[in-house]
Amino acid sequence: MKRKLSLVAALVLAVAGSAMAQTSIATLRGGTPLNTESEPPAMAKEINSDLRQVRNYPEQPPLIPHKIDGYQIDLNANKCLSCHSRAAVEISQAPMISITHFMNRDNQFLASVTPRRYFCNQCHVVQTDARPLVENGFVDIDQVLDYVKNNQGSSD
Amino acid sequence: MLGFLKRLWATIRRPSVHYSLGFLTMGGFVMGIVFWGGFNTALELTNTETFCTSCHEMRDNVYAELKTTIHYTNRSGVRATCPDCHVPHDWTNKIARKMQASKEVWGKIFGTISTREKFLDKRLELAQHEWARLEANDSLECRNCHSDESMDITRQSARAADFHQRLLFTGEKTCIDCHKGIAHQLPDMGQASLLIGAGSAQEVSSYLDR
Ligand code: HEC
Ligand code: HEC
Ligand code: HEC
Ligand code: HEC
Ligand code: HEC
Ligand code: HEC
Repeated sequence: MKRKLSLVAALVLAVAGSAMAQTSIATLRGGTPLNTESEPPAMAKEINSDLRQVRNYPEQPPLIPHKIDGYQIDLNANKCLSCHSRAAVEISQAPMISITHFMNRDNQFLASVTPRRYFCNQCHVVQTDARPLVENGFVDIDQVLDYVKNNQGSSD
Repeated sequence: MLGFLKRLWATIRRPSVHYSLGFLTMGGFVMGIVFWGGFNTALELTNTETFCTSCHEMRDNVYAELKTTIHYTNRSGVRATCPDCHVPHDWTNKIARKMQASKEVWGKIFGTISTREKFLDKRLELAQHEWARLEANDSLECRNCHSDESMDITRQSARAADFHQRLLFTGEKTCIDCHKGIAHQLPDMGQASLLIGAGSAQEVSSYLDR
């Protein structure tokens, strides 16, 4: 009996939950019913300004300031290294991959890029001009320090 | 045999009894046009993408990959087809290229790239032929559509403008040095991967030999 009751309670909760979800959560479909296709939003453009972006914290992999359409990165070839490798920077005038990209997991420096860092897009990404879906509340360390300084003494 | 040739020569030398000289000259002229035209048409037919992709070797590998690139679909709606990049438009080059193409028919018979595995094994060699060819003719096929004179670098990204100004306009590099792998996937480049951005065919080869 007890089990039956809790089952009913769970069901009621589930139904209520989904009803509430329907009214409060904006989905990608918008208000479009399930049996029709919704109008897809226009594709956002990749930012190709060639201007380096701010790094929000020192360990952050820098954002890619140029487009990378069709740049092949696989077992056969790595297009990024054709400009960012040690040997290529004289011609490309691009920033060289830093020394951390040559270090294996024991902090030994290898002759060329370490396998851990071969797939550049694991860490480095391009940005698009899309409107953010949610506000980003990130503050960087300088702002945190300012905040602490301004509020010193007011709390402990 | 010698006797036959002698008789043939005699026939050719003997003035015509039945036809006037004018008629014969005209006839020769017309036949010439017919043969030349036929030759031309045959070349035109083999100069289409439909022809190139009639072989599965070309269709399943390189053509499939071309479809995802900017030379297949783009905002301008201008397409580059296989012969645009691979067969010179110039008449004399065209014949020379066709002579080389008979090697391809040979390849078909002996199936040098008849499976995906065989193709991948041979791919680097084939690509190197193309790089060497484009380097030797200063990327002629690219320039048939893209001319550096009409290139307005103020409308390009800073990165593109810098490369073109520093290395293309000065004649130091040609299109294919920097734009390898724009139409198809690259073969296994090994260490030469580090140079595909601007390595010449020779530089790439020397890296590959290491
Ligand atoms: C044709 C040469 C070229 C290629 C290929 C290339 N880059 Fe770059 N990259 C540059 C140049 C030049 C810059 C300097 C800023 C600029 O001009 O865009 C740069 C800047 C960057 C930066 C910013 C560095 C910083 O300190 O802010 C990152 C990250 C980067 N590239 C990653 C990549 C990745 C990942 C790839 C492959 C998907 C790639 N690049 C392919 C030339 C290239
Ligand atoms: C595991 C994550 C990771 C991978 C994979 C990775 N990077 Fe980085 N990269 C970083 C971080 C973190 C930094 C900034 C700190 C540093 O230099 O180590 C950085 C810095 C850079 C810089 C700026 C160097 C400078 O001195 O300004 C370039 C250029 C770059 N990476 C290119 C690449 C390329 C090209 C690849 C692929 C071959 C790649 N990275 C792969 C994490 C990564
Ligand atoms: C009869 C089938 C067939 C047709 C039709 C065909 N190809 Fe090929 N193609 C091949 C084969 C087989 C090879 C590999 C030849 C070898 O092993 O050297 C090849 C190789 C190539 C190569 C590499 C060249 C080199 O020097 O190594 C290119 C480029 C190429 N084909 C382009 C074309 C183009 C462009 C067309 C249309 C004008 C075309 N092919 C039509 C079968 C074909
Ligand atoms: C925009 C120019 C362009 C177009 C269009 C193009 N190719 Fe290529 N193709 C190249 C270049 C450049 C190479 C040299 C290898 C590389 O850089 O990827 C090549 C290489 C090849 C190779 C040698 C194997 C390899 O992958 O490297 C074959 C075979 C080939 N192309 C066939 C074709 C066929 C068939 C078509 C039409 C379906 C075609 N190509 C369309 C530029 C083009
Ligand atoms: C039949 C004409 C034609 C030929 C031949 C041709 N292209 Fe293109 N190319 C185009 C068109 C059209 C575009 C797309 C223009 C646009 O809409 O932005 C393009 C775009 C490009 C781009 C820009 C890619 C990007 O992401 O913006 C490069 C690089 C390029 N071609 C290089 C080459 C090279 C290298 C060759 C010779 C191997 C070549 N093209 C041969 C017509 C051609
Ligand atoms: C020294 C290297 C180099 C040479 C030589 C070179 N390019 Fe480029 N090109 C680049 C780089 C780098 C870019 C920008 C990055 C990218 O598109 O991958 C670029 C971009 C382009 C673009 C796109 C422009 C844009 O604003 O995005 C076209 C089209 C192009 N190149 C065509 C050519 C043609 C055609 C030739 C030969 C007449 C040529 N390039 C020679 C390096 C070069």
